Amino acid sequence: MDDAISKACGSIPRRCARRTTAEQGGFVLYDLSVAAISLAGVSKTFGDGTLAVADLDLDIADGELLVVVGPSGCGKSTVLRIVAGLESPTEGEVTIGGRVVTDASPGDRDLAIVFQDYALYPHLSAYQNLAFALKSRRMGRKAIDKRVREVAALLSIEPLLHRKPRALSGGERQRVAMGRAIVRSPSAFLMDEPLSNLDAKLRVQLRSEIRRLHRELGETFLFVTHDQTEALTIGDRVAVLRRGRLQQLDDPQSLYDSPANLFVAGFIGTPPMNLLLATVEADGTQRIARAGPWRFAVPAGVLIGRVVVGIRPEHLGAPEFVTGFGEAATAEVLVAEAETLGGVSLLHFAVDAQPVSVRDDDGLDAPFTLGSPPATVIAAVDARTQALPESRLTLAVDKSRVRFFDADTGEALRLNGAPSERPPA
Amino acid sequence: MKARIGPLHILGAIAILIWCLLPIVWIVSLSLKPADETATGSPQFLPKTSTWDNYSEVLGNDDFQRALINSFGISLIATTLSVILATLCAYAIARLEFKGKRIVLTIALAIAMFPVVSLVGPLFDQWRLLGLYDTWPGLIIPYMSFTLPLAIWTLAAFFREIPWELEQAAQVDGATSWQAFRKVIVPLAAPGVFTAAILTFFFAWNDFVFGISLTSTTAARPVPAQLAFFVGPDPFNPPASTLAAAAVMVTVPIIIIVLLFQRKIVAGLTSGAVKG
Repeated sequence: MDDAISKACGSIPRRCARRTTAEQGGFVLYDLSVAAISLAGVSKTFGDGTLAVADLDLDIADGELLVVVGPSGCGKSTVLRIVAGLESPTEGEVTIGGRVVTDASPGDRDLAIVFQDYALYPHLSAYQNLAFALKSRRMGRKAIDKRVREVAALLSIEPLLHRKPRALSGGERQRVAMGRAIVRSPSAFLMDEPLSNLDAKLRVQLRSEIRRLHRELGETFLFVTHDQTEALTIGDRVAVLRRGRLQQLDDPQSLYDSPANLFVAGFIGTPPMNLLLATVEADGTQRIARAGPWRFAVPAGVLIGRVVVGIRPEHLGAPEFVTGFGEAATAEVLVAEAETLGGVSLLHFAVDAQPVSVRDDDGLDAPFTLGSPPATVIAAVDARTQALPESRLTLAVDKSRVRFFDADTGEALRLNGAPSERPPA
Repeated sequence: MKARIGPLHILGAIAILIWCLLPIVWIVSLSLKPADETATGSPQFLPKTSTWDNYSEVLGNDDFQRALINSFGISLIATTLSVILATLCAYAIARLEFKGKRIVLTIALAIAMFPVVSLVGPLFDQWRLLGLYDTWPGLIIPYMSFTLPLAIWTLAAFFREIPWELEQAAQVDGATSWQAFRKVIVPLAAPGVFTAAILTFFFAWNDFVFGISLTSTTAARPVPAQLAFFVGPDPFNPPASTLAAAAVMVTVPIIIIVLLFQRKIVAGLTSGAVKG
């Protein structure tokens, strides 16, 4: 297995996507040298001068489920529409299955799209909706019937086949829309926020269903969403997009553990990573960053001055309940607010430091916005922690999992030789 | 928020019903009266003895038969052409961005507002010159021109309502642009197509001014114009009951068409295409 990994990864400059699944108990390997979909230097400027996608390079491996995520207006849907051929790139090249399709029509690309609003043909029954593409391809009636029923069984929508879209519920429409995509056995599936019109419960259910389908079909999926939780749960790899630029492309865990910059740090994770401006001082041979009540050793090479530290809420906790923390630093805080979520409680407390946030309009001049102290920090602690508002509490922070960002560029800094650190994407 | 129906509403409804239907009932009643009954000074409302004679007389009239064929033929051809052209045009207006789109729409609307009578004179001269006078195309062309703008406006509104994604879905499904248009867009715009078709057909079917001015023989003369030539044997005694029978007969097709198509003209056909 290790050989296979190194072979597949070693032969190509990019890292392989991996995802462990319980039932497979191992790695799923994607060989990027046979990328199913590849964007090279793709840019898109709309007629009104809006730059939707800027010089994007993206390779989606054969059989991979790649999620493109970002805030609204980041160009993620445009990326999908460029792959689909519904939009043509201003610059760059799109390759599908080794064939350059930059100028090919949508119908010639052998792709299927699941639209956000489903776009089912309202005058046709679910059956006819599924059969439409097969008819366009002049398939025989018997073959169509066989295929439609096969797919309907896969999605358990057989009893709905005779109904028109208006007689279907939101979740059923979603299934029919997926059926319409699956029925033609396309070489890749494109999904444009397919779950955003469903209620929360159904969304979670269909999330796992999409993963199941992906596993069973073994096809390439490109999934676009604005929901970072959805991105993390569904994707083999996740591409974070902001203002048309790729911020980071990584597997979900790495994205969460090692965000490449302040934007990704603030975007991925709920509640978001606590970001504080720290002052860097020399302490003997080491350099120490001081933020609020905490002192952290910073990566070598960081100059004396400022640095941004990032602390995930769950890397803070009452010492008696935390497990698996590495080297911990403790500090007493005054709890301002406590929210109970059942398993964990969210504690809000103020620390004497400047809060750092990445706003929509940041990144043009400065990479982030600096607030004035005190900064409100959120800790996700074990629900057994006794913490009433206005009470004092000692919290530990897992130093090994604190992240550092350059205070000028907002890019991530890395500790020298830190364990469990993956190389940057 | 259900409005309560009070006695005033009912009274109002009855008043409107009488207002609208009285002339129709009068014509039907008149058409069933024998000729001698209408010749008396003040005929009563309902016929004393009803007869189908007037209908058989009208139907037996060669000129009327010819006029019926003219009316049907001209109206149907004008409607078909107008709807096809309007569909294509409205689709382009709804979907494409091109220069002068607003101007095209404004001019189209201006044409629809043009008074028909002001054009009859020039057309009469032109048609004689071009050899279109007293021919089917001579009537089809003006009917089309006058109904196209309204049809385009109606259809463009319907096309705008159709989510563009449907067409893209069809394209991704491998349908050509033409297939996507024909199999997805047109069926969804069907209520609009029927509305446009009925408006066009009514205009052509009911027109009198062009019909009487641009024809001289039964070669192209439509029914409304032909009725004016029903003089009867006695010039001092116009055949009121026969005219009434003819009037009823030209109204019937319109009523049938409306009843047939009113079920098609239902809004909300696109519901269920998106979201929900």
